[in-house]
Amino acid sequence: MGRIVLDKVSKRFGDVEVIPPIDLVIEDGEFAVFVGPSGCGKSTLLRLIAGLEDVTSGQIRIDGNDATNLAPAQRRLAMVFQSYALYPHMTVRKNIAFPLRMAKLDKAEIDKRVANAAAVLNLTDYLDRRPGQLSGGQRQRVAIGRAIVREPAAFLFDEPLSNLDAALRVGMRLEISELHKRLATTMVYVTHDQVEAMTMADKIVVLRAGHIEQVGSPLELYRTPRNIFVAGFIGSPRMNFIEGAEAAKHGAHTIGIRPEHIAVSSEAGPWSGVVAVSEHLGSDTFFHIHDSGLAETLTVRADGEVGFRHGDRVYLTPRDDQFHRFDAKGLRIE
Amino acid sequence: MATKASRSAARVMMAPAVILLLGWMLVPLIMTLWFSFRNYQPLRGGDLGFAGFDNYIRFVTSSAFWPAVVATLVIVVGALAITVMLGVLLAILLDQPMWGQGVVRILVIAPFFVMPTVSGLLWKNMFLDSVNGLFAHLWKFFGATPVEWLIENPFLSIIVIVSWQWLPFATLILLTAIQSLDSEQLEAAEMDGAPVLKRFWHIVIPHLSRAITVVILIETIFLLSIFAEIFVTTAGAFGTKTLTYLIFQRVLESQNVGLGSAGGVYAIILANIVAIFLMRIVGKNLDA
Repeated sequence: MGRIVLDKVSKRFGDVEVIPPIDLVIEDGEFAVFVGPSGCGKSTLLRLIAGLEDVTSGQIRIDGNDATNLAPAQRRLAMVFQSYALYPHMTVRKNIAFPLRMAKLDKAEIDKRVANAAAVLNLTDYLDRRPGQLSGGQRQRVAIGRAIVREPAAFLFDEPLSNLDAALRVGMRLEISELHKRLATTMVYVTHDQVEAMTMADKIVVLRAGHIEQVGSPLELYRTPRNIFVAGFIGSPRMNFIEGAEAAKHGAHTIGIRPEHIAVSSEAGPWSGVVAVSEHLGSDTFFHIHDSGLAETLTVRADGEVGFRHGDRVYLTPRDDQFHRFDAKGLRIE
Repeated sequence: MATKASRSAARVMMAPAVILLLGWMLVPLIMTLWFSFRNYQPLRGGDLGFAGFDNYIRFVTSSAFWPAVVATLVIVVGALAITVMLGVLLAILLDQPMWGQGVVRILVIAPFFVMPTVSGLLWKNMFLDSVNGLFAHLWKFFGATPVEWLIENPFLSIIVIVSWQWLPFATLILLTAIQSLDSEQLEAAEMDGAPVLKRFWHIVIPHLSRAITVVILIETIFLLSIFAEIFVTTAGAFGTKTLTYLIFQRVLESQNVGLGSAGGVYAIILANIVAIFLMRIVGKNLDA
């Protein structure tokens, strides 16, 4: 079990309101991702759930019980830190066993659980090493191991992949997703990387300046962003925003269209512009187009084989059914 | 520093420092070694010739030797225990965010700047004196008879004086070590269910272990040779004659330079044994 409910939870540091009252429900077994630009309060929110910070007002309930004033250890939550926070003077075995030793479990049970966790995480050969002798990915796995042996109600991850190199990050992303499928335990995951959010989450919580901008499944957020901020934050490359006359034609203050919903050709189309930069990824090509008269830069996705170059004039055809319309306040118009 | 020319230039430029250092160290060392093998008694006929190992044997077989060793150990161990334990506590306290942190830190370090003779006299006259000392007034205030600290508790008095001088050093080293502790580690331990004392024991103490070892070794080297504090307080009376003080008495009071030098050589050997451990640990620290 691990249903986490935030009921009007807020946090102030002195006079600064970091998190205005927030309501949020994370269902049992759900993979919830808090995503937002740095400084948006997503880590603070996680630390409030963990109990490492005191809430200023409101209530946190875990499985229906009021956990607002419980000590972190009593909330049955396990956390994986950005720096991994392994204990450098202990071996991997002792690191993983530490929470069990603190819980005063008997020796045989500790050994069994550590062996299990090590097997799950491919750490069996490294149990007698110290964290200093491990690679970044292995340290990450030890930190996860230390979390899973406690059999917590929920896992909390605080930007766990940001210290890994790109290739490892993709690998660990998969491993954490698989772990979630296997354990079916609630996970709350904080990241600033929308790719991690899109690929891993059951539910994404987009935060800005402490406010929840939108909550929903990855595809909901992608298809129906509630405002310009979410529209721009979710999806890579970023959605194109067009204001002025072109937007007025659609009855909106601003219209948005994703790069993948614009077709590019050398002959004809309603819009045109000059290729400034083309990024060839092999599978896809991204064109950054200037001088369209619509926005400073339009980003367009095309097939990997399309080969326009810097300075080429191209014609763009947006898909009419894929326009997102926003009013002057930046809110979505249905 | 790769070319031959730059390397020889470096050697030339380092030479004055190296020569000065060697001279400063080697001349007294060789003189001590030389005198330790001579029967040299300036007031009883001067240099009376080669003495072999007589001085070495006489120094350790004298009835004053073992009590001096015990006195030295009591003072060193006592001062180490107090400075390390209080040092850890003070370091943790000073690490807490508080108002006036900078001033408090300087105040804590202040005793280290007071020279040993002065701090010995300060304590003797201002705190421990049985008529006008602060403690005497305190005792009288509660109606008790003032304690003759230096006579009744000579070791305790000297240990307290020495600890007062060395506590700032221990605190300073341990404070810098504590500041390098990753706060996420403490939070992780908190989440793992370790209460305050267990976090202290399982996370903070292991993190400080190397700094504590360094404090212990450096202090040992300096505490083995404390002299001024004893000279100005008990002058070696009431059993507080340490090894250093014994050497001083042999050379200046008994006017037996040979015997004193032999004691000095023992002290050098002892200090070097500690120094070897110290260099190993500090070296390891630098590698890591």
